Amino acid sequence: MTRLAAGVLFVVLAAAGFAYGEEKRTARVPLPVVKIEKGEACVAPTAEMRRDHMKMLAHQRDRTMRQGLREPRTSLKNCIDCHASRDTGSVLGKEGFCSSCHAYASVGVDCFECHTPLRQKRTAARP
Amino acid sequence: MNPGRRQLLGWGVAAAAGAALAPGIRLAELAQARAPQEAASALQRWGLLIDITKCANCDECVTACHEENGVTGHGRPETDAQWIRKVNLRDKRTGYAQTLPLMCQHCEQPPCVDVCPTGASFRRDDGIVLVDKHTCIGCRYCVMACPYGARSFIHEAVSGQKADVPRGKGTVESCTLCVHRVDRGETPACVEACNRDGGKAMVFGDLNDPSGEIHRRLESEPSTQVRADLALNTGVRYQGL
Repeated sequence: MTRLAAGVLFVVLAAAGFAYGEEKRTARVPLPVVKIEKGEACVAPTAEMRRDHMKMLAHQRDRTMRQGLREPRTSLKNCIDCHASRDTGSVLGKEGFCSSCHAYASVGVDCFECHTPLRQKRTAARP
Repeated sequence: MNPGRRQLLGWGVAAAAGAALAPGIRLAELAQARAPQEAASALQRWGLLIDITKCANCDECVTACHEENGVTGHGRPETDAQWIRKVNLRDKRTGYAQTLPLMCQHCEQPPCVDVCPTGASFRRDDGIVLVDKHTCIGCRYCVMACPYGARSFIHEAVSGQKADVPRGKGTVESCTLCVHRVDRGETPACVEACNRDGGKAMVFGDLNDPSGEIHRRLESEPSTQVRADLALNTGVRYQGL
């Protein structure tokens, strides 16, 4: 009887502890908000974009800066025009497309020290 | 390279050959804006011609430049960025006064590029001298090297930048000849403002284009470079100085 009671207690405690840990983990590190406002895979499939967007941006950056090649496809301005939040018009902020993922991955994003995070085109009509 | 472009290049070469044979032929191709997928080319050399006898006592060019490029200050003239400024000259003996706009002179041999330790300060193939802020470390050697005092350092955090003109704390900046407008085939904001609201003193164009106004006037009228003794071959030329 005592052994059964101890067993039940252990199970209850373990479950509570697990639930608590889970709760704590999600509270401490909120999952990123990936809200894609418009379109799908305009440059490359999502997995590739997640892995390589910084390489594309750096490559385009040097071509634009040094050679004057202003290809809109992978330009930061073009990215922001689609990915900026409908509400704030920005890719930064609590639920910003760039900032929420970068905060989750704990990777600094330096682009917006100089570049504007705001959408330039007027908001596209809601789909 | 797609066949259309190859053909176009072929025509360009043919036209250039024609011009070499017959100097009267116009190289209209060179004067046109580039396509977005075409790199800046050394065939062009962008420049300005400023006739200061027409330069009115206004600052339309300065206002337009700072508006176009989102250059805002904090009311601290000692440290605020300045891409273009009006310089007043006065002959002490006769009292004859002149005023002229002064900005980056887009030298062919730019001292700012010579001294840059990271290669951030560079000259684009079409003659526009720029700062690549991605590699600028803010050492300010270029600020000291420039004989025209054209460069500014950004001391304070910036917000509200224009999408085409990124600006940020800790980097150096100067007149870009409105490179984002030039790449779209437009003229710099200062030239547009001067011709709209000012004294119509400024002309923008390709120094290499024999059919362009700027080339024609430089060829037939007297002009000066500021600090011509430094032999920097500036892209910005003055008349009436």
